[in-house]
Amino acid sequence: MVKKDLVLVGHGMVGQRFLEEFLAQRDASRDWRVTVLAEEPRPAYDRVRLTSWFSGTSAQELSLCADSFVDEHGIDLRLGDPAVAVDRERRTVTTRSGRVVGYDALVLATGSYPFVPPVPGRDAHGCHVYRTLEDLAAIKEAAATARVGTVVGGGLLGLEAAGALRAMGLETHVVEFAPRLMALQVDDGGGAALRRRIEELGVVVHTGAGTQSIGTGWDGRVRTMSLSDGAELAVDLVVFSAGVRPRDQLARECGLVVGERGGITVDERCRTSDPHILAIGECAQAADGRVYGLVGPGYAMAEAAALQLTGGSGEFTGGDTSTKLKLLGVDVASFGDAHSTTPGALDVVYTDTRAGVYKKLVIGEDGALLGGVLVGDAEAYSVLRPLAVSRRPLPAPPEQLLLPASAAGSGAVGGSALPDEALVCSCHNVSKAALRAAVSEHGCTSVREVKACTKAGTGCGSCVKLLGGIVEDELAAAGVESARGLCEHFTHTRAELYEIVRVKGITSFSRLVDEHGSGEGCDICKPVVASILASLGNGYVLDGEQAALQDTNDHHLANLQRNGSYSVVPRIPGGEITPDGLITIGEIARDFGLYTKITGGQRIDMFGARVDQLPRIWQRLVDAGFESGHAYGKALRTVKSCVGQAWCRYGVQDSVALAIELELRYRGLRSPHKLKAAVSGCARECAEAQSKDFGVIATAEGWNLYVGGNGGMTPRHADLLATDLDRETLIRTIDRFLMFYIRTADRLERTAPWIERLEGGLDHLREVVLDDSLGICADLEELMARHVETYQDEWAATLANPERLRRFVSFVNAPGTPDPTVRFVPERDQMRPARPEEDAEHRVPALIAGPELEVHTR
Amino acid sequence: MTVDTQVPAATAVVEIAHDERWTAVCRYGELVPGRGVTALVGGEQVAVFRDRAGALYAVANTDPFSHASVISRGIVGSRGDTPVVVSPMYKQAFDLRTGKCLDEPTAPDGSAARLSVWPVRVTA
Ligand code: SRM
Ligand SMILES: Cc1cc2nc3c(=O)[nH]c(=O)nc-3n(C[C@H](O)[C@H](O)[C@H](O)COP(=O)(O)OP(=O)(O)OC[C@H]3O[C@@H](n4cnc5c(N)ncnc54)[C@H](O)[C@@H]3O)c2cc1C
Ligand code: SF4
Ligand code: FES
Repeated sequence: MVKKDLVLVGHGMVGQRFLEEFLAQRDASRDWRVTVLAEEPRPAYDRVRLTSWFSGTSAQELSLCADSFVDEHGIDLRLGDPAVAVDRERRTVTTRSGRVVGYDALVLATGSYPFVPPVPGRDAHGCHVYRTLEDLAAIKEAAATARVGTVVGGGLLGLEAAGALRAMGLETHVVEFAPRLMALQVDDGGGAALRRRIEELGVVVHTGAGTQSIGTGWDGRVRTMSLSDGAELAVDLVVFSAGVRPRDQLARECGLVVGERGGITVDERCRTSDPHILAIGECAQAADGRVYGLVGPGYAMAEAAALQLTGGSGEFTGGDTSTKLKLLGVDVASFGDAHSTTPGALDVVYTDTRAGVYKKLVIGEDGALLGGVLVGDAEAYSVLRPLAVSRRPLPAPPEQLLLPASAAGSGAVGGSALPDEALVCSCHNVSKAALRAAVSEHGCTSVREVKACTKAGTGCGSCVKLLGGIVEDELAAAGVESARGLCEHFTHTRAELYEIVRVKGITSFSRLVDEHGSGEGCDICKPVVASILASLGNGYVLDGEQAALQDTNDHHLANLQRNGSYSVVPRIPGGEITPDGLITIGEIARDFGLYTKITGGQRIDMFGARVDQLPRIWQRLVDAGFESGHAYGKALRTVKSCVGQAWCRYGVQDSVALAIELELRYRGLRSPHKLKAAVSGCARECAEAQSKDFGVIATAEGWNLYVGGNGGMTPRHADLLATDLDRETLIRTIDRFLMFYIRTADRLERTAPWIERLEGGLDHLREVVLDDSLGICADLEELMARHVETYQDEWAATLANPERLRRFVSFVNAPGTPDPTVRFVPERDQMRPARPEEDAEHRVPALIAGPELEVHTR
Repeated sequence: MTVDTQVPAATAVVEIAHDERWTAVCRYGELVPGRGVTALVGGEQVAVFRDRAGALYAVANTDPFSHASVISRGIVGSRGDTPVVVSPMYKQAFDLRTGKCLDEPTAPDGSAARLSVWPVRVTA
C-alpha cells in the first residue's frame, strides 16, 4: 500500500503533542509518512518551563521529543527549515531552503509571535522578546553587562521575565499599560495584592503607563525609556512581553480563512476552510471564536486533530482558561468567570493586606460558584476550579472557603465535595469520575498507579493533592486493603519479617527476598531488613551485603544535608560533657571549618563535612574518646537528663547518672524508628521525660517509668507504665519494653502510635512486660543482653578497617579530589550550604567559596 | 534483561563512553552489588551502579530535586520490572536504564526530572 503524506508545519509544544497522539493511533505509522518542518534549530521543547533555563535547566532537559521518538516512527524532521509557502492546488509546501514537500494532509501548528508595540527605538541593541531558547540566551548574554532591565507588559509572561531579570541581579522595572498587573486574569483587588508582593521583592511596577519611546546612545544601545506618565527610566535592557499574536501568515497567503483579529479559523474538529488542512494550537482560532494562548487547550486540539485524521472522532469546542502559577514566588490563580461578567453575579472578597492575600469568589444568583481570583494563597484552587467549571453550588458558605485554613476550621474542602463530572486535572482533562473509574474499573491500587493510568497530575502538578484525596477515598470505599505488606517486594509486615528472620536464622537480604519476597527490593524494604538483621545481632551493619541495604545516612554513618554534605554528631551521654570534651569538639569543628550548633537533643552537631572528610574528622573524635551518636540511624538517639539531685535543690535522685547508664546500655540499638529517652530528677520534669519513647521520673521511693511519648508532628504524652521501681527492675522493664516494641512494631512506627495500635492497649503491654503473660520475657531479656555485649562503636570499627573506609571518597577514579559541587557561603560568622541560585554558574561570584571555606570568627 | 552467565573478574575494568571514546573508571570488583560509586568523566559526575545480577548502569549524579550530587549514594532496587535507584535526598525513584524519574515528571524548579545516562561496559 502506498503511504499517504502528512506534513506538520511547526514543531512546538502542540505540534509534538499532535505527533504523539497521531502516532499512537492504530495503523497511523503504517498508513502515513510524516514530515515535520520546523523553524527552530531544535526539536520541540517545553516552552511553559522556559524560564527555568535561567536557573540551570538545560535545553536537553526541556526537550519534549527524544531522538528515539523520531527514529522509532521514521519521522522526517527538518530542523531550521521553515515553511514559506503553501500551494493548495498542487498540495505542496515550499521551505526556506527551497525544498518542496507534497502532502495529503497538512497540519499547521505555527504558534504565535511576541507582539512588539510600534514605539520608536524598539529595534535598538538591547531590546528583546521572550519566546524561544535563543531569545533567553540573548537576554542572558545582554544581562551580564546590564544594570537596569525593563519589562514591557505586566501579564503572565512579563512577570516571569521580570523574575528572571531580578534573579540575574538587575534592577528591574515592569511597565504595564492597563491599570493593574495581570489584567487578563485578575481583578483590581487581586492586581493590587500581587503588586504589593512583587514590589516587596524589589521590582518597580509602573501601571497605567505606556512606553512612548526608547532612547539609544552613540553606540546604538538602549539607554533610556520614556513612559506616557512622564517618567524617564535609565535602562540597559528591554524585554517586550506585551502579548502574542497568532502566526497565521502562511495561511493568509494561501487564502485560508482567518479570524478578524487573527488566527486560522477552524471548526470543532480543527479543520480549516480547506479540507486537507488542519490548524491547532496558538495559531488557530477555535470553533468558539477564541484564540487560546495556553497549552492545555492546544493539547486538546492536538488530540481532536489526531483523531480526525485517523478516522476517530474528537472535538474541541472550547477550553478552560483557568490558570494557577507561582510568579516570583507569589501564588496567583484565576478561574471561571473571574471578572464577574455573568449578570446577577455577586462577589465575596477576603483581603489580608499585611499578608498580601486577596481572594474573591464569584457566586451566581442560584448560589453556584462561577469563578474567582486568588492571590498570595491559592491553596483552594484545585477544589474551587472544578466546582466553578461545573457550576456547582458551594459545599460550604463562601466566606468559610475564603478564610485561611487555620481560621476556617471544618470549612476546609476536599475532593468529597466535588461532583463526579468535575474536572480534577485540567492539564490532562481528567474528571473525578475518571479517577474513580481507574480504581473501580481498571484495578489501580495506589495513587501512583492512578497517575500512570490516567496521566492526571503529571502536568503542572497543581491537582496532585486533590487527586490523592479522591483516590484514597475511592480505594477505601472499594475495600482495597491499602497494601498491608511492607512494599511491592514483600507481602509481609515488618513484624512478620522480623519473626521469619529470627525463626529461620536468615542473615542476608538476598536469601530473604528470594525465599519470601520478589524482585530486587527497594528503599523501603532494604533498610527495614538491615535494621532487623542489626537488631538480631548480625554484627557490623556495613559489611558484605548489609552495606547495600542501608540508607545513605547509615551507609556513611552521618546525616546527609541539603547540598550533599554530611553532619557529624558524637554521642554525649546524658548531655554531660567535660570542658576538655567541649574544647576537642570545638577544635575539630574549627579545623575542618564546620558549622556547629547545639541540637534539640542536648548535644553538638557539626555540619558541612564532605564525604571524604568524615574519616579524618572521626579519627580525631575517636582518638579523643568520642563515639558515634547514631543521629543517622533508626536507633537510640539520646537520653536527655536534667541536672538532678547532685546540684538541683529539688532533685531526689541522680538523674544524670541514670541517663548516662541508660544511654550507654541502649546505644546502637537498631529499632523500627528512632528511640528517644529522658530522665528527670524530680516531678518538675525539666528533662521532658513524658514526651519520650521511654521516660523516667525520680520519686522519693525510686523511679516512675513512662512509655509511648512523642514530640514531633503528632505529639503524645507518655503513659505511666509502672511506679516506684528500683534501678534493676526499671532497667529490666525497659529492656523488655524495647525488645517487645522492636519485635512487633511496623516500619517507621514510633512507640507512641505502636501503643495506640496495640490490641488491649496499655493494660496488655503491662501484662506482657511486667507479668510475662506471653512467656517471652526471658527471650526479650536475652536479646537485649546480646545487644549490650556485642555493641561496638561503628566509627571505631570503621576506622580500623581500610576496606570499610573505601566508601568515603567523592570520586572512585579520583580519590583525592573533593566534590566541587558542595559549596558554602558565610553566614553569621559560620557557613551554610550555598543555595542553587548562589552557585558560581549562576553569577553571584562574590559570595562563593570553595569547599574549604575559611571562616573567621570575631 | 538477560543475566550474563560470564561474571566479569574483579580486576576487569569498568568503562564509560564519553566524547566518543571509552574512559576507564574503576575495577569491577570495586563495585558492591546494589550500591554505587561516583566517577568524574570529562568534568561531569557520573553515578555507576552494579545490581545484584551483575549488570552495570551509569547515570548523572546530580539529583534534579535537590541539585545535590548524591544519586550514587541511593539505594538500588526494582519497581516492577524496572531497575531503579532511589535518590537519598527526597526519595524519588529513577529508572537506571533511561534515567527517567518514575515518581514526578518535573522537579520543583520546573526542569525535567531526568538523569542523563552514559553507556557503560566491562573489559577484561
Ligand atoms: C539536629 C536536630 C535539630 C537541631 O539542630 O536541634 C534534628 C535534625 C533532624 N531531625 Fe529531628 N532533630 C533534632 C531533634 C529533634 C527533637 C527534639 C528532641 O529530640 O528532644 C524532636 C522532637 C522529639 C521527638 O522526636 O519526639 C525531633 C523530631 C523529628 C521528627 C518527628 C518525629 C516524630 O515522631 O514525629 C523527624 C522526622 C522523622 O524522624 O521521621 C525528625 C527528623 C530529623 C532529621 C533526621 C531530618 C532529616 O531527614 O534530615 C534531621 C537530621 C539532621 C541531621 O543532620 O542531624 N526529627 N527532632 C536535633 C538532633 C537531636 C540529636 O541530638 O540527635
Ligand atoms: C515563557 C513562557 C511561559 C509560558 N507559560 C505558560 C503557562 O504557564 N501555561 C500555559 O498554558 N502556557 C504557557 N505558555 C504558552 C505556551 O508555551 C503555548 O501555549 C504553547 O507553546 C503553544 O504551543 P504551539 O505549539 O501552539 O506553539 P509553539 O510552542 O510556539 O510552537 C510553534 C512552533 O512553530 C514554529 N513555526 C512557526 N512558523 C513556522 C513555519 N512557517 N515553518 C516551520 N515552523 C514554524 C515556531 O518556530 C515554533 O517552534 C508560556 C509561554 C512562554 C513563552
Ligand atoms: S525541625 Fe525540620 S528543619 Fe528543623 S531540624 Fe528538624 S527536620 Fe530539620
Ligand atoms: S492540573 Fe496540571 S497536572 Fe493536573
